[in-house]
Amino acid sequence: MARLDLSQKLAILSDAARYDASCASSGTTRRDSRDGKGLGSTEGSGICHAYAPDGRCISLLKILMTNFCIYDCAYCINRVSSNVQRARFSVDEVVQLTIEFYRRNYIEGLFLSSGIIQSPDKTMEDMLRIAKRLREVENFRGYIHLKTIPDAAPELIEQAGLYADRLSINVELPTDNSVKAYAPEKNPATIRRAMGDVKARKDIAAERSFSGKRGKRFVPAGQSTQMIVGADGSTDATILAQSTQLYGDYKLKRVYYSAFSPIPDATAKLPLIKPPLAREHRLYQADWLLRFYGFGVDEITAARPDGNLDLEVDPKLAWALQNRALFPVDVNKASKDMLLRIPGFGTRTVGRILSTRRHRSLRYDDLLRMGASLKKAQAFITAHDWSPGGLTDSADLRARFAPPPEQMSLF
Amino acid sequence: MYTVPLPRIGTDIAWRDAAKRLIGAGVSPDEVLWNFDTEMDTLFATATPLPPISRRIKAPQSFVEMANWVVWHKDPQRFARLYALLWRLRHQPGLMQDRADPDLAKLRQMEKGVHRCKHKMKAFVRFRDLRQGGERRSFAAWFEPTHHTIEPTAPFFARRFADMDWMIATPDVTAQFVDGNLSFHPGQPKPDLPEDATEALWGTYFCNIFNPARLKVSAMTSEMPKKYWKNLPEAQHIQGLIAGAEAKVQEMRDTAPTVPPERAAKIQRQLRGDPSTED
Ligand code: SF4
Repeated sequence: MARLDLSQKLAILSDAARYDASCASSGTTRRDSRDGKGLGSTEGSGICHAYAPDGRCISLLKILMTNFCIYDCAYCINRVSSNVQRARFSVDEVVQLTIEFYRRNYIEGLFLSSGIIQSPDKTMEDMLRIAKRLREVENFRGYIHLKTIPDAAPELIEQAGLYADRLSINVELPTDNSVKAYAPEKNPATIRRAMGDVKARKDIAAERSFSGKRGKRFVPAGQSTQMIVGADGSTDATILAQSTQLYGDYKLKRVYYSAFSPIPDATAKLPLIKPPLAREHRLYQADWLLRFYGFGVDEITAARPDGNLDLEVDPKLAWALQNRALFPVDVNKASKDMLLRIPGFGTRTVGRILSTRRHRSLRYDDLLRMGASLKKAQAFITAHDWSPGGLTDSADLRARFAPPPEQMSLF
Repeated sequence: MYTVPLPRIGTDIAWRDAAKRLIGAGVSPDEVLWNFDTEMDTLFATATPLPPISRRIKAPQSFVEMANWVVWHKDPQRFARLYALLWRLRHQPGLMQDRADPDLAKLRQMEKGVHRCKHKMKAFVRFRDLRQGGERRSFAAWFEPTHHTIEPTAPFFARRFADMDWMIATPDVTAQFVDGNLSFHPGQPKPDLPEDATEALWGTYFCNIFNPARLKVSAMTSEMPKKYWKNLPEAQHIQGLIAGAEAKVQEMRDTAPTVPPERAAKIQRQLRGDPSTED
């Protein structure tokens, strides 16, 4: 095999990394390099330095250390049975790419994952060498996200947490049975144990000892995971129930949903469908409602008998259409919880309503200026000068929001 | 009538100082003309000296913070609008909480515009290596912001890139960071920066992290509007990626599943701990 140059390796190993949805660089500790002895800063919210034509944010240098892998996960381009071209970065190459990209303001930092080579421990050790070099030799203070190898020794994962802002382990598929079917070498119980270890270790770091000192900072931006959507037969209700459990049990910062997308050299086991992007989008919206709007999984997935989300209207609107008896809601009197359930009102709009209505009674135009989407909300609210009349219960209300059926054409 | 000249560098401090004096002396908004960087015809610029700082008027902290952003907006009316709101605040102290007041809403919208511009500058500035040798490395960039945003944004770059020297040139104002000191200078036309080989690697990354099966051009352009493309080295690849996406996906679909490479079976047997395969 001809030796690959740096550019060829970068092409192969970023191509292999693009199926990981996360590119977040937010929510870590504040750091800077004002002392002149290091490079980089993190200031709360992350920065998207570019957008690819798939509309996704490019915040981190997201690469695999190597795409050699001894496992055979059916959905993955790197599985041992695929004929994809293989490559491997040296420690030095990853460090130099990260630093040189960072200095030119292309990225916020590094998201490093890897195929499994030789053994899980060996793979994790090599990844740690990269993180350690960045932090201790280059004095890099930007963002580092490491994808941990679930079967690696707990000490290695613990060390990773000292260098990284975020750790992630992908649960990959929504149910244990699907994992067994499509990722035969992976063990869902081991994945959960690794997440539990990280959570426990993070809890310890957050506690103050008797002297009042905190432990060493440990994954300040927390852990996240990813589930592939549409490769197996799981319903949205199953997926969201799994997410709720993950958020609860391991205090995950994010669960990412990744629409199963065609890969080069696919296996015959999985059909090459068009990635279900609309479904992925609805899942993110539902996930948001679960975490910030006080909805329960059952409420969100009750709208349809098959346990899937409505693809035509967003989940909050779908819920409101199903529960019209609760509407219209008076924006000048309703509780915060109820305001949050109004379609077209975001958390910010609700905050503004609450602070302004202390001083005066709100009108339709006021809501517009506060950023509410009244096209959606108007059927569900009353205001000082607004009442929806029969709109709330009108039979064609849903049709106003759902896209018109596609025109049929003769062929 | 007062005409207040406001400089291009240090606009925020100059506006605040003038507003303090005028409001303290009870000068109403229609008696003030704000003249940014002598944009106005100097014919009207009768230099009435500003009133001295007499009594201190209290303004809500939220107003002060908002004003610190709005002064960098490109709208020539920004100073007058700010002063008019400050004037109203004297008798309507709760005004800042009224998120639906049209005057305040307009200023909040301008504030948001400056925030967004600052955010885009943090994201889209692209440095080139000047390869000058010496102890500290040096980099330079050319950027064209929508508003006058370089001054409030430069400290971000100073916190982040403190171990190197850098310059960000804009048509308006140039920020320079040398040996740990940040300074501002008059703007300039686009400088001739040396080629930087790392841009090609960045282009390679941009092309390969893109997933052609998920093409969604509008989502990209809403966050990375075309007006920024000319100064983004990766943007030269966008048209080609979009044009080739469909064919790439089709190719994946058309390729029949291949036979696994020979080593696959061997590795898998080893993984399962089958002793007969040890060689
Ligand atoms: S372990 Fe599975 S998902 Fe991870 S790189 Fe290997 S084949 Fe892909």
